[in-house]
Amino acid sequence: MQRIIKNGQLVDETWHLLPKDATLEGVSNCDDLIVPLGLYVEHSSALKARDGGLGVWLEAGEEIEEIADQLDNFQVIALNFPAFTDGRHSSTAYMLRTRYGYKGEVRAIGDVLRDQLWALHRVGFDAFALREDKDPDDALKAFSEFNEVYQASADQPQPLFRRRA
Amino acid sequence: MYVYDSYDQDIIESRVKQFRDQTRRYLAGELSGEEFRPLRLQNGLYIQRFAPMLRVAVPYGLMSSAQVRMMAKIARDYDKGYAHISTRQNVQFNWPELEDVPEILAELATVQMHAIQTSGNCIRNTTTDQFAGVAKDELVDPRPWCEIIRQWSTFHPEFSHLPRKFKIAVNGAVSDRAAIEVHDIGLEAVKNEAGELGFRVSVGGGLGRTPIVGSFINEFLPWQHLITYLDAILRVYNRYGRRDNKYKARIKILVKALTPEVFAERVNAEWAHLKDGPSTLTEAEVARVAAHFIDPAYKALEDQADALAALRAEHPGFDRWASRNVFAHKKPGYAAVTLSLKPTGVAPGDVTDKQLDAIADLADRYSFSEVRNSHNQNIILADVEQSQLFTLWGELRELGFATPNVGLLTDIICCPGGDFCSLANAKSIPIAEAIQRRFDDLDYLFDIGNIDLNISGCMNACGHHHVGHIGILGVDKKGQEFYQVSLGGSSGRDASLAQILGPSFAEKDMADVVSKIINVYVETRTDEESFLDTFRRVGIDPFKERVYAANH
Repeated sequence: MQRIIKNGQLVDETWHLLPKDATLEGVSNCDDLIVPLGLYVEHSSALKARDGGLGVWLEAGEEIEEIADQLDNFQVIALNFPAFTDGRHSSTAYMLRTRYGYKGEVRAIGDVLRDQLWALHRVGFDAFALREDKDPDDALKAFSEFNEVYQASADQPQPLFRRRA
Repeated sequence: MYVYDSYDQDIIESRVKQFRDQTRRYLAGELSGEEFRPLRLQNGLYIQRFAPMLRVAVPYGLMSSAQVRMMAKIARDYDKGYAHISTRQNVQFNWPELEDVPEILAELATVQMHAIQTSGNCIRNTTTDQFAGVAKDELVDPRPWCEIIRQWSTFHPEFSHLPRKFKIAVNGAVSDRAAIEVHDIGLEAVKNEAGELGFRVSVGGGLGRTPIVGSFINEFLPWQHLITYLDAILRVYNRYGRRDNKYKARIKILVKALTPEVFAERVNAEWAHLKDGPSTLTEAEVARVAAHFIDPAYKALEDQADALAALRAEHPGFDRWASRNVFAHKKPGYAAVTLSLKPTGVAPGDVTDKQLDAIADLADRYSFSEVRNSHNQNIILADVEQSQLFTLWGELRELGFATPNVGLLTDIICCPGGDFCSLANAKSIPIAEAIQRRFDDLDYLFDIGNIDLNISGCMNACGHHHVGHIGILGVDKKGQEFYQVSLGGSSGRDASLAQILGPSFAEKDMADVVSKIINVYVETRTDEESFLDTFRRVGIDPFKERVYAANH
């Protein structure tokens, strides 16, 4: 079973991530599912009527605005990184936390690597499904690399200039 | 200049530790080359033709003498005894070993320096006027704003993987010596009718493959909102800038595709969420930063016009130097002096460890222990007493810094080119040298007057060839190095992009080509007309006709 990083600790994965081309057919009623945005948009009523937990995942080019008024439906919002150098969802996570007040899990999926975790954590991600060939234990060290930051972000609403002693 | 407190110091020391571990993991095979690449680039480390190249950040070009001595030490201990001043006011080392870089960063941290974000797809070193704080035509000192931007941009978590690199420049003077209109964001500090400070904001300027002069999208941004507005611009770019083609990924392409008007609307819509939020700047913070840039302990002096005139009449060499390399200062009795790093036969912007140590000593003795790097790749002592200019000139001559060519044809901006850079299509340094050798007659050089001659070894345009009055671009033609010439560019307040003259030339013809261009200018100009003015009056055709005329 894959382990994911959640709030700075390793936990067993309990969610099922449905692929991009998944259809409603054969979707389990009880499992906790993270469904692609397209499937959700098409079948939101059916998906919400299930007994299992519901999450949604977005490609890097998909915009959070599309579901911004429905965020209460999701326990997890997963944001896909096609490459670790694609920073678009850093803005998505920031907006989820600060603009839309989303309190559920914001999970990084895809090409997620240790050396990006610190910044991702800052903009509002609290869960990370590390790329499968990487050691998640090792990656935990990323969260203690810096003691201080200059800018405000989702993790620290006050910029350093308002906090300097 | 800005001095770190415990917060700033802690952040750069954490970075040293982080990069030491990243390098260790790369060397141990835990990080692939592809995974390590953005990490090292965001620490200014390139893998070059012969060895890595390390670009050290010099925020807005300002260095203390202690920092200059550290540059000398690194050049001596880790390089082949020299350093290179870049067109972004930074310092580059061409020969360090990858394994040594963490140690170099640790040494830099001891003098409040680093290599953070000097490359990579992130917000780069903010640049400004090399005469900031001392220029007579300055309205607002840009340095505190540059430092505020430096802190905001350092490890900005949301903007650490932008579509492409991102460059910001700030100007606060009547003349634009910072070339703000060819930056991703250009900020011009201005005051409104009520005397309040704000910024005119240009976006989408840039050089590279698709040179564009920026568009002003905000005529007056009150200073309090600088950071939230920058956040808004960067967020729009981070989300909507192209990522499918690295040659179309700069913000200029997005601004052009949307039109500046629509881009401005998007920024304003985003900004509406951020305006007046916690990142709104406070008077206390601006005062805290600005306190680091107050005037040094200037003496109450008189201008030395008569004494200098007498010395200049007596010493023609001093006269030439004073007319080119000495810049008017806002304080009576002071002057700013440019050390020319462009003597013939030395790669433009190169400086040895011994010279760096000597510059540090000069800074201590003549200029309140500070220097500035200019984007023209020279070094400036900004606060020299006029009564000491003659003595200083003597010292500079011995050190090789007194070439009286600042702003002249031989003060060439030049990238490292094919001799060092793995991106280059062609060599650039030998072209610079050939032109310098051709124009070795100082009287002629003075007669020609102000000319920006800029050379880039490839279309990445590190040598800013698009904004040279004469621009030279190295191109690859079937495996051979050729050079395309363009005319009429300008990086000043009247920024314009150069027009291509025609088919490219072989290396051996370049000095002749430049000679012909200069001849057309000298024959065509009216009294007191600069090269650029003549070009703008007569257009490119007379130059084209002369250069491409059949040789009989």
